[in-house]
Amino acid sequence: MDLAILWFVLIAVLWTGYLVLEGFDFGVGMLLPVLGKKDKDRRVMINTIGPVWDGNEVWLLTAGGATFAAFPEWYATLFSGFYLPLLIILLALIVRVIAFEYRGKIADPVWIRRCDQALIVGSWIPALLWGVAFANLVRGVELDADHQFTGGFFSLLSPFALLGGLVTVSLFLMHGSVYLALKTDGEIRERSRRLAGVFSLAATVITAGWALWAQIAYSVTWTWAVVAVAAVCLISVVLMNARGREGWAFIFSAGAIVSAVVLIFGSMYPDVMPAVDPANSLTVDNASSSDYTLTVMTWVAVVLVPVVLLYQSWTYWVFRRRLSTEDIPEPIGLSWEKIKGAAFVGSGDGEQGAPRSGGHGGLDLTVDEDAPPPDLTGTGATTARPGRTADGVGSGDVSGRG
Amino acid sequence: MEALDLARWQFGIVTVYHFIFVPLTIGLAPLVAIMQTAWYRTGNERWLRLTKFFGKLLLINFAIGVATGIVQEFQFGMNWSEYSRFVGDVFGAPLAMEALAAFFIESTFLGLWIFGWDRLSKKIHLACIWAVAISVNLSAYFILAANSWMQHPVGTEYNPETGRAELVDIWAVLSNNTLLAAFPHTVTAAFLTAGGFVTAICAWWMVRLVRTRRPENVALARDVYRPGLVLGAIAMLVAGIGVGVSGDIQGKIMYEQQPGKMSSAEALCDGQESAAFSLLTIGDLSNSCEGVSHVLEIPGLASYLGTGSFSGEDSYLPGVTDVQEEYTERYGDVDQAGNPVTYTPNLFVSYWSFRFMIGLAAFSAALAVSALWLTRKGRVTDKQWFSNLALVALPMPFLAASFGWIFTEMGRQPWVVAPNPTGIDAVRLLTERGVSTVVSPGMVLTSMIAFTLLYAVLAVVWFRLMRRYAMEGVPDTVRDESPEAQDDDADRPLSFAY
Ligand code: HDD
Ligand code: HEM
Ligand code: HEM
Repeated sequence: MDLAILWFVLIAVLWTGYLVLEGFDFGVGMLLPVLGKKDKDRRVMINTIGPVWDGNEVWLLTAGGATFAAFPEWYATLFSGFYLPLLIILLALIVRVIAFEYRGKIADPVWIRRCDQALIVGSWIPALLWGVAFANLVRGVELDADHQFTGGFFSLLSPFALLGGLVTVSLFLMHGSVYLALKTDGEIRERSRRLAGVFSLAATVITAGWALWAQIAYSVTWTWAVVAVAAVCLISVVLMNARGREGWAFIFSAGAIVSAVVLIFGSMYPDVMPAVDPANSLTVDNASSSDYTLTVMTWVAVVLVPVVLLYQSWTYWVFRRRLSTEDIPEPIGLSWEKIKGAAFVGSGDGEQGAPRSGGHGGLDLTVDEDAPPPDLTGTGATTARPGRTADGVGSGDVSGRG
Repeated sequence: MEALDLARWQFGIVTVYHFIFVPLTIGLAPLVAIMQTAWYRTGNERWLRLTKFFGKLLLINFAIGVATGIVQEFQFGMNWSEYSRFVGDVFGAPLAMEALAAFFIESTFLGLWIFGWDRLSKKIHLACIWAVAISVNLSAYFILAANSWMQHPVGTEYNPETGRAELVDIWAVLSNNTLLAAFPHTVTAAFLTAGGFVTAICAWWMVRLVRTRRPENVALARDVYRPGLVLGAIAMLVAGIGVGVSGDIQGKIMYEQQPGKMSSAEALCDGQESAAFSLLTIGDLSNSCEGVSHVLEIPGLASYLGTGSFSGEDSYLPGVTDVQEEYTERYGDVDQAGNPVTYTPNLFVSYWSFRFMIGLAAFSAALAVSALWLTRKGRVTDKQWFSNLALVALPMPFLAASFGWIFTEMGRQPWVVAPNPTGIDAVRLLTERGVSTVVSPGMVLTSMIAFTLLYAVLAVVWFRLMRRYAMEGVPDTVRDESPEAQDDDADRPLSFAY
């Protein structure tokens, strides 16, 4: 088989991995304001993806790296052409990473609210823009004979592309709510299921509209089969969710996203980036790397991708337990006053007597002038050398407070 | 400014910023893994306390490393698309391997480590942090393979038909001698950074505790912070020697591969034997030989760094004017657009960044030696100067590493892919030819401002969190959360939650 075609398929697989896995991460983030009424609810939601979101995001990085290695022309044209949307996506992803990791580090309501907002925005924006970007790839963009993108930013915002954005948004909302119903317990589970009912219907309608449009205007015959699979999956999500079969609902919801990716890549082929003027299109052939590079990369991928799948699945197995608000401990971060107030070498901890959330709660760190000098040698002997005082006691970092 | 200058500034800012956090992650992950191993082996609680403490700092740092790394993966396409077209056939491979072989492991197993304290057996949980520690170092290897190829292209041919560099031998790329020197240098620099970080924080705490003179505090300093400090100081010493040795090797390689970089590092205008290493040079900021005067010199040292001989014929170092002449002859005196090409990197930047990289290591040496001396044979210390030294020495390796990269990358100019003088010098690309042609200066400026502002905010948050969590000290109490130590199963609260 032609290696360039194999790599086209592999890149589709990487994007599928990314959108299926990060799809529910985005969904969870997007649903924070809807499902997470109380802080503990939101923490349940975030913790359902806590151990896995970073690993999920690496599918995107791998898709990027693989595109660079296997289709350098595609990588160059796509990312320089879709400059501003990509910039916005990157900013959103950065903010989102930081919000995940630092949200719990500071136990302050204002901080936590900001992080929640960052998570919400950081999830909605990519969810929308990935759809817009892919729809543009289906539709075709303006390329010149040197494969340079010549359309401006606004050429990317056609109605077809925007509807594509709505497709990913609705799919991820469905996927996220189905995932939450599967991974939580108690009240959140119930509410997620009810939402999943709504979103699966909405996703079915929107996706159907866009897929028909894509089929009729831009696609090839065989992808009709994919559209049919997508339809079956989406309707099954609605049915399974209504019956409370959460596991099945999740599998079908993932199936719907897989079909969407197959539809997108299927209609692009044999182009990797169709141009409005077909003569200028970037194709699997004219955008690919040399055979040698593709062979090397094929070996790497054939060996490593199954291993990755193995240990990532194991992670999901380790964290298979459902979460509920009872599992969530009290906030574990430090107070904001503390974070703000402290100088590294200063006279103390910013506030006194306030409950401490960790660290040396029991330590008295005031300097004790009258005490006998500490035993500084390693002998552990209690006989302090007479007359020896530590130089500079009472000045410096631990001054007498309290 | 043109898109080219903006793109260069942006790349410099974004990448140096990424590399502030990277060395700490690369060095600290193994140190935390060693701490946890010590706990696993001895069962001594002190090591668990240290693991939890430095583990938390590692996570705070890791988050920013990941966040800034995402941009790295895409910016070659965004701002440097012509570069990507030219090198992609070669350069993309190590990047993709890095993601497949390293990023997946580090992100997945870090998640398992953070959330797995009470779900995984002790042994498997320990294996998780080791997987992280190894894979962050592996990621350094692959990305440095890509970078070393730009410094010294090997395993590649120029294909005139496609107009690009094409890979012919992946093993040559993965065993490039530039890489075999740069990888140990970068990793030991990272261990120096992380060792200094651990040593400094333990030192600060030790002095703080001992000065209170309360027996329980002194006992804490001796029991917990002293072992941490010794571990950090040993890491620093070993890494420090490694940095010096590998740097010396790099200097020799550089002399052969990028003579212009070597001579600009010395601000050496005309070739000479037994060239001196100057400690201080005064010159105007223009990139020219007039007006450079060396004030303080160590005779022969520069020659030794480059050639291995202090004097004699073998010690000849070419000067920037020699390089300029030779390169003009070989590669022409005008670029494609007809502008004259200067084959001399910015002298001021090369000269000083090289010196700062090496010079700042003195702080680390002072810290490591005094730490080991003051804590010899089980001692603890309350010396205020030691605590101050620790705080001053802590940031120095971070700065040294940034200077190292600035030197390596700026010294490569005007090339983005430097020609390989001993082999395939048809594979070469001037930086100005690498920049995206469809991206307007306004767009680059927009993204530069956006990233810089966002990164500035992140830097403040990172710094505050690191500082404050460091000041919290090791946790008072720790418990063994592993499944082996629990009897009930279902209703325990999570050991760690966001
Ligand atoms: C010598 C080491 C080194 C160097 C020169 C670079 N990086 Fe890096 N990078 C790492 C070492 C590292 C790391 C230690 O592996 C990080 C830091 C924190 C982390 O999560 O992994 C990382 C993170 C990181 C991530 C996020 C990975 C994740 O989500 O887990 C990406 C996408 C990149 N890097 C990409 C790059 C690119 C394209 C670079 C070149 C311009 C680059 N890095 C320079
Ligand atoms: C993380 C450590 C690194 C740092 C701190 C760093 C720093 C820099 C700096 C300061 C520049 C600007 C030079 C100039 O404009 O004169 C630059 C340029 C560049 N670097 Fe690096 N670099 C690092 C790693 C890498 C790696 C690993 C790669 C490739 C894999 C790379 C690829 C490039 C490219 C393509 C440029 C082009 C822009 C130019 O030459 O101006 N860099 N880097
Ligand atoms: C002890 C003396 C040192 C010597 C002789 C030395 C030598 C060198 C040389 C010659 C290079 C350039 C390699 C090239 O461009 O091909 C380099 C790069 C670099 N140095 Fe050093 N160095 C020393 C200390 C340090 C220290 C203390 C640090 C940081 C803690 C450091 C961090 C770096 C980094 C990050 C780079 C860029 C990456 C690379 O090319 O490996 N160096 N060093």
